[in-house]
Amino acid sequence: MSAFSAVKSLSTPTITTRSTPSSNPKPSFPFPFPSPASAGAGSLRHSAAIRLNSSSPSPLRAVSSHVLSDEQRVTSPSNHDKALVTRREALDLYEDMALGRSFEDMCAQMYYRGKMFGFVHLYNGQEAVSTGFIRLLQPGDAVVSTYRDHVHALSKGVPARAVMAELFGKTTGCCRGQGGSMHMFSAPHNFLGGFAFIGEGIPVATGAAFSSRYRHEVLKEASPSGGLDVTLAFFGDGTCNNGQFFECLNMAQLWKLPIVFVVENNLWAIGMSHLRATSDPVIWKKGPAFGMPGVPVDGMDVLKVREVAKEAIERARSGEGPTLVECETYRFRGHSLADPDELRKPDEKAHYTARDPILALKKYILEHDLASESELKGIEKKVDDVIEDAVEFADASPFPPRSQLLENVFADPKGFGVGPDGKYRCEDPKFTEGTAQV
Amino acid sequence: MLGVARRKIGLGTFSSPILGQVLQRIRPLGSVLPENYSTAAKEITVREALNSALDEEMSADPKVLLMGEEVGEYQGAYKISKGLLEKYGPERVLDTPITEAGFTGIGVGAAYYGLRPIIEFMTFNFSMQAIDHIINSAAKTNYMSAGQISVPIVFRGPNGAAAGVGAQHSQCFAAWYAHVPGLKVLCPYSSEDARGLLKAAIRDPDPVVFLENELLYGETFPVSAEALDSSFCLPIGKAKIEQEGKHVTITAFSKMVGYALQAAEILSKEGINAEVINLRSIRPLDRATINASVRKTNRLVTVEEGFPQHGVGSEICMSVIEESFEYLDAPVERIAGADVPTPYAANLERMAVPQVDDIVRAAKRACYRAVPMAAAA
Repeated sequence: MSAFSAVKSLSTPTITTRSTPSSNPKPSFPFPFPSPASAGAGSLRHSAAIRLNSSSPSPLRAVSSHVLSDEQRVTSPSNHDKALVTRREALDLYEDMALGRSFEDMCAQMYYRGKMFGFVHLYNGQEAVSTGFIRLLQPGDAVVSTYRDHVHALSKGVPARAVMAELFGKTTGCCRGQGGSMHMFSAPHNFLGGFAFIGEGIPVATGAAFSSRYRHEVLKEASPSGGLDVTLAFFGDGTCNNGQFFECLNMAQLWKLPIVFVVENNLWAIGMSHLRATSDPVIWKKGPAFGMPGVPVDGMDVLKVREVAKEAIERARSGEGPTLVECETYRFRGHSLADPDELRKPDEKAHYTARDPILALKKYILEHDLASESELKGIEKKVDDVIEDAVEFADASPFPPRSQLLENVFADPKGFGVGPDGKYRCEDPKFTEGTAQV
Repeated sequence: MLGVARRKIGLGTFSSPILGQVLQRIRPLGSVLPENYSTAAKEITVREALNSALDEEMSADPKVLLMGEEVGEYQGAYKISKGLLEKYGPERVLDTPITEAGFTGIGVGAAYYGLRPIIEFMTFNFSMQAIDHIINSAAKTNYMSAGQISVPIVFRGPNGAAAGVGAQHSQCFAAWYAHVPGLKVLCPYSSEDARGLLKAAIRDPDPVVFLENELLYGETFPVSAEALDSSFCLPIGKAKIEQEGKHVTITAFSKMVGYALQAAEILSKEGINAEVINLRSIRPLDRATINASVRKTNRLVTVEEGFPQHGVGSEICMSVIEESFEYLDAPVERIAGADVPTPYAANLERMAVPQVDDIVRAAKRACYRAVPMAAAA
């Protein structure tokens, strides 16, 4: 029985109703004074239903939300289920997950060889969430993550070379070696970090969503996406007990911000089980407490994640506001490479290893004849080559020069003040060599 | 003993702050106008200066927005943002729920995208709930991202002791924020400072912590025509010599500048000519001006309201020792608040915060260590 038996948990009517053109009211801009009876507020309380606010008409969007469209879908006659993705999409998903997995495995190797150091948190097992969500985004959309951010960065399009070099601490890294594993930033890809403190990224993501609305409504800038630029905030189960999480659920809904809060519930916060730490461990139910839909999804199944993600991103893009999505997932490795991972039981690990998202997608692809075994092997080989190339590149890259130490503390380096000669310190030619007096 | 007088409310168009405590402030015997202010026609309160700066910057750049508790409909907890909601609308002047960590982080995230938020803290004591965002997501980001993402945000609000507001509302945070690389920390004193530095802060591409003082909001200062111009801006990182002198250098910031000037007045009657430096910028500190002054006067007294250990004065003293040791004729003196949480009782509070007397005594100590001075130098 395929792990991807039809997406029964989602009600397909929602998908089809949205494909019918409806009158397109311009997304109302109630923020920051939303009317008490904002459209569809009542329906948002039905958290169990995944029909996200279908009562209010949403503008027609020509996004591939309707998967039964565009390219050829190859289905084998022996299969009862129609494929949920096209061949092209399936291969893209597969390649992205394979890239994430291989990258993280290589990180572990490099760490134990001493090329990488400090805190490194690996994402093995959770690839379906990153791939399922981020591959749906447009270039103008933003992603904010935590310290477990390598794969989010890769899915968003940051080159493997740049991420690997950053991890090695080389000057060719995406942050020139100044950020490290936990602080990946890439402005061209709208990847906004990389934060060490749990919960820290959530208000920042909410701010990015705020700026998206502001730019659209106040500055009147149109986004190429046709709606609002969406922000995704990724964080874990432990973060859901943090005050900032709740503050942002409130404000995001209050101001109807285009954000999706994605909980990667892998049941463990280092060694603290989610069940030991949380009074009510069902996280998705906390969304409706703030007036937004809360949606659970199987985070080991990339196609299910993708279906939910499509709706949530659509909602945000059309101005209907935030969604809280709880993905049940699991990390195959410890919290970080320094974690001996002694508290998790072997049978729990075995249970989730059997639900490996990459193997499941592979099975699905083969069962639905979307690609052949050799093609998938070809993709895996390609991914391995990319990773090898990334390691070689990172190895060969130079360490940051001394002069880089003082660079980029300020965007305006006059912030270093005036030197004894009365001129700004940054104007001293020796300044960036790190030899000037600061 | 200086008398207690009724508080001046400037032009009378603004109401007194919401913390309607009985104001027991030591007022000057006469208002002390520093010598080098031009005798300009206009006088404005610090509150009006801040309000006009916010107004002009919001009008000039649609990306500037103000976010904080009570900044909109309430017209500002201390009426600094009066009239702005009406003029710019609720999308640009946002009343937030009481969620410092949340809305500060939201401001930082918006700044990542080039918006220029001004986050108002009702007092900087509340900023401690949001300090993670000020330091970790704002100050450090330009560095961590190697220059890809700059954070053009301003955090402003009243700082330091007010009158009888108790220990949790009275701390001075200048030393805390000035400790952090990546932040710029500004402390205005007069209306001109307030206008020029706030405009500079809003235009600056880096995170700026702008420490105001509640007791200064209602004080009136003369401003030149140049300062009232909408393009007026003061440079960040330059201190101002409020009053020149030759016998001792007194550095101060915020409210203490007023006290230092009063002390200078008293000292001048005793033949001690003090040079008063208004620091304006705590980070970056204008070490050049301070050292040049000490090399001239050979004696230093630093004044600050905050707690003494690891304070701003410690940094200034060390800077002078490092750069101008041979020029010192007396040990450096520092005046700071008492090393206790600020008490509530009026007389205890007076003892916990530096007074003009303390500055005078310290200056005399600095001067008398050397050979007694000639009557006229």
